[in-house]
Amino acid sequence: MARITLSNLAHSYLPHPKGAEDYALKRIDHAWEDGKAYALLGPSGCGKTTLLNIISGLITPSEGRVLFGERDVTELATEQRNIAQVFQFPVVYDTMTVFDNLAFPLRNRGADAAAVDARVRAVAEMLDLTGSLKRKARGLTADAKQKISLGRGMVREDVAAILFDEPLTVIDPQLKWQLRTQLKALHREFTHTMIYVTHDQTEALTFADEVVVMFDGEVVQIGAPEDLFERPQHTFVGYFIGSPGMNVLPARIEGSVARLGETALPLGRAYDALNTEKVEIGVRPEFASLTGEGDGLPVTIKRIEDVGRHRIVRADFHGQEINVIVTEGASLNAEMTRVRFDPGHVNVYADGWLVEGSAL
Amino acid sequence: MTLTLDGVSKLVDGRTHIHPTTLTLQRGSLNVLLGPTLSGKTSLMRLMAGLDRPSSGKVLWDGEDVTGRRVQDRKVAMVYQQFINYPTLSVFENIASPLRLQGLARKEIRRKVEDAAELVKLTPLLQRKPLELSGGQQQRTALARALVKGAELILLDEPLANLDYKLREELRAEIPRLFQEAGAIFVYATTEPHEALLLGGNTATLWEGKVTQFGPTPQVYRQPGDATTASVFSDPPMNFLEFTKSGGHMVYRAEQSSPALGAVGALPDGRYRAGFRANHLTIERPAGEALSFTAQVAITELTGSESFVHLDYGKDRWIALVHGVRAPAVGQAIEVFVDPAHLYFFDEAGGLVATAAYAAAA
Repeated sequence: MARITLSNLAHSYLPHPKGAEDYALKRIDHAWEDGKAYALLGPSGCGKTTLLNIISGLITPSEGRVLFGERDVTELATEQRNIAQVFQFPVVYDTMTVFDNLAFPLRNRGADAAAVDARVRAVAEMLDLTGSLKRKARGLTADAKQKISLGRGMVREDVAAILFDEPLTVIDPQLKWQLRTQLKALHREFTHTMIYVTHDQTEALTFADEVVVMFDGEVVQIGAPEDLFERPQHTFVGYFIGSPGMNVLPARIEGSVARLGETALPLGRAYDALNTEKVEIGVRPEFASLTGEGDGLPVTIKRIEDVGRHRIVRADFHGQEINVIVTEGASLNAEMTRVRFDPGHVNVYADGWLVEGSAL
Repeated sequence: MTLTLDGVSKLVDGRTHIHPTTLTLQRGSLNVLLGPTLSGKTSLMRLMAGLDRPSSGKVLWDGEDVTGRRVQDRKVAMVYQQFINYPTLSVFENIASPLRLQGLARKEIRRKVEDAAELVKLTPLLQRKPLELSGGQQQRTALARALVKGAELILLDEPLANLDYKLREELRAEIPRLFQEAGAIFVYATTEPHEALLLGGNTATLWEGKVTQFGPTPQVYRQPGDATTASVFSDPPMNFLEFTKSGGHMVYRAEQSSPALGAVGALPDGRYRAGFRANHLTIERPAGEALSFTAQVAITELTGSESFVHLDYGKDRWIALVHGVRAPAVGQAIEVFVDPAHLYFFDEAGGLVATAAYAAAA
């Protein structure tokens, strides 16, 4: 296991990149701690797969270095990097037993039979595979096979890191719960350094100690799930994380008040004058509420989606959509024409980036 | 206009893919087929479309038997999980292709394609080739082609499964609106309960080739008729508790018991399963009366806004979905609570004996 250092890394698929727009991965300079779980999260084309491929050795970066511990692996091929990989589709040997599939990476490196046996049984136990160790992999369901792939990724203790590339995308929702928690339990038990690529926010947030949110070749925020939820550093993070994402509305900021048209909304912090064209406030639908008369933004309710444990109210404020989450059982009626925000959870953004402000 | 499946079944090599199914779908309605992989969603769609002939039963359009009629002779459009477009044709020509086959006049084709493109937000991209588009735009092209065709039945087989999470959210919000304007019968297959709820309309839950329930989506969600439907329509999975009703008590795991609260009181003595959803299992004692259990924390997942606390209760695994960041230590025994109004009661065969009081009142 190792700390992974990405030192001034950048990559372009073009031979002679000119401007920033020619880079699939813009400059990234970061160290990932030994034994932690990281998720790379972003939409397609954001550069997350490029970054993963640089770490696995499929791509040699056009600029910068990759270190595993103190060892520079930038130019090394995948098989020289001492990593394990799990892909979107299961890779198993159909003619081998489940046991032999799990044992393969260990035997391949000449581990002795007793060590192989102990380790395979420990991993199988955590994945609920103990009962099927003796059967052939052929004929197993897709999710059982993916479980074997996960197990094989985890079976070696001495790998520098384990890389996961969308490993649960093809798994049914009900089984995802099981596989996700087993993966998490394996990480607790074996403390590998793990890097997990996904476009699915729930997978990223629930898996990782820290989530690396990427957009347009850039890392926009690295943080624990709570940071990404409470204090998105960029409006993109606010939009991309959360379902629905953060409400973002143009506003004028005057000290600790945000003005939207005629309405003044209190803020939880105070701000100096912002010398920029684009000033917005960002509020998560979880921190918005609907009321009748009184203060708040005047809105018209366009649509209500009942998603079971809560309802998503789609409201219109002068042509802009504001989403409000109302919990199951809470009252909701046609007289509710005002939206209020919890002042402590209203963030201010200048040109897309969070403005810290100062405590009141 | 209605589509009726009347006792339709499908056997393949002696194995039952679809058990005899009777369903009627109305014009202008959106109907979700919800079930895990291999539960029969695609098989059922193929029978509706006429791509497969049923082993028994009849398919009726407005009462007219069309069972043997080929798919080419029905007004059906289908959209698949994979983005299927003609790679050498422009987006315009892709959308126009069914209209050219129908032999429409050029002006008419142009008008229809432009209208459909406007609806799915492809207007600026009409001259591009599909492979120059993002996945979401490719799937919009396929949706537009299905819309212009003037089909009476539009089948969408997990159309968003290959798209990014966020794109899915956008398209999912647009799809019900597209459907309203087209006025056809829409059938939409998905594995995700959350997607069914967001789409609304009606939902048919499927399990091992059987439609277990069909009705308005929120009703099927809140008033499942059996334990299978409740499970299929729960994400996180539904929590179950086996217990024996004996006199004025419910006894679970032999050593624990509590007074028979709520609907349990009215049940005859015997063995039952209670089901409750993850958001109704709490780690804080609720204000009113509640059942309480001591369970062991297996693992906790945090999303930043919510926490999924996975619990071992005897041999059962439960999930509590709670607000905020809550991470009790793994291995710790904690007390958890359920309001009896949130319990569904099933008999040993899985049939519903009492619906959750909160849902019955809704």
